[in-house]
Amino acid sequence: MTVTVRIPTPLRTLTGGQDEVDAQGGTVAEVIDDLERRHAGVKERLCDAKGVRRFVNVYLGEEDIRFLDGLDTAVKDGDTLSIVPAIAGG
Amino acid sequence: MGRARRIESIVEAVGQTPMVRLRNVGREAPGVKIYLKLEYTNPGGSVKDRPALQMMLEAMEDGRFPADRTLIDATSGNTGVAYSIFGAALGRRVALVMPSNVSQARKDITRAFGTELIFSDPMEGSDGAIGHCQRLVAAEPDRYFYANQYANPGNPRAHYLGTGKEILEQVGDEITCFVAGLGTSGTMMGTTRRLREHGRPVTCIAVEPAEELHGLEGLKHMASSLVPAIYDPELPDEIMPVSTDDGWDMADRIAAEEGLHVGHSAGANVFAAVQIAKRIGEGCVVTIAPDRGDRYFAPMRWEKHYDW
Repeated sequence: MTVTVRIPTPLRTLTGGQDEVDAQGGTVAEVIDDLERRHAGVKERLCDAKGVRRFVNVYLGEEDIRFLDGLDTAVKDGDTLSIVPAIAGG
Repeated sequence: MGRARRIESIVEAVGQTPMVRLRNVGREAPGVKIYLKLEYTNPGGSVKDRPALQMMLEAMEDGRFPADRTLIDATSGNTGVAYSIFGAALGRRVALVMPSNVSQARKDITRAFGTELIFSDPMEGSDGAIGHCQRLVAAEPDRYFYANQYANPGNPRAHYLGTGKEILEQVGDEITCFVAGLGTSGTMMGTTRRLREHGRPVTCIAVEPAEELHGLEGLKHMASSLVPAIYDPELPDEIMPVSTDDGWDMADRIAAEEGLHVGHSAGANVFAAVQIAKRIGEGCVVTIAPDRGDRYFAPMRWEKHYDW
């Protein structure tokens, strides 16, 4: 599956300045791994040993994946994943 | 002034905040007294009451903020709450630009005071809100008083006149270090300048997020952000990076071990204060609790849909 991933400002240094990139995978976890292959360093900013870091929100469309299946949430072709910081400050 | 007193306006309740000794989280450095100044006891619930009021009163005094203009600024929340409260109390209109991913609590508080909320792109963060605000002001310059907390010298001046002065009154005889987080940098700049006028030498240490993508609301990762015009990086004696995990974990500890439900930047400040206390072994470290823990993001099932 190819999905569009929306990238917040603090991560754009890793994506060459792009605010939207494509990535492949059948679940959110697989998409993040693919993102890491294409843009090294992204995964450790988003995840720790327990999964997505507490202060990072990942949305599939408009739904927070915490309330779907977390990293196991399935994605389809054409879906949009958005990485949104939990805070607005800074 | 004591807490139980009669005042003519809520603006008189700003400042004169208590300072509490952290006896438990500081036990790793028993020779050091660690004090936390509770800025959330300000009427708007945060340290930002001080600079917001200072900027508003100065502008009302010198004609930049007449009754027919609307105050506008970019704010992640606390400054906006302060502008909203004092705008209502002082008879002025307020409009706030904030990223749409600020917490629902912050949105509700400001609406209660009749404030106009203008949402900017959450993907662009607070720098995006600043840009959005500046475009609105450029388009209608006569409509607005642009308070501009990131550049207005009234911001650090509030801390020079208030926060710094109070710290000296409270612990001037024993303070050896002052620690504060960098957001607009007003607290650090203004308070440090006041403390440096004191007879006793005080080391002033600034805290900033260790990571570009961080969760310490209100603090700025300066290297990757628009740097506030009021910020002088040469002023602090040291800049200490603190990770989001360390800041959040310490905020949890402060609640459990001291009975204070503080926000995440307070957690970062206290984490740094404890590190410094362990380093110096003896002395008195003062830091700031900018707000309480109740204005922060906590994912709720009924908030699971995101309105873009």
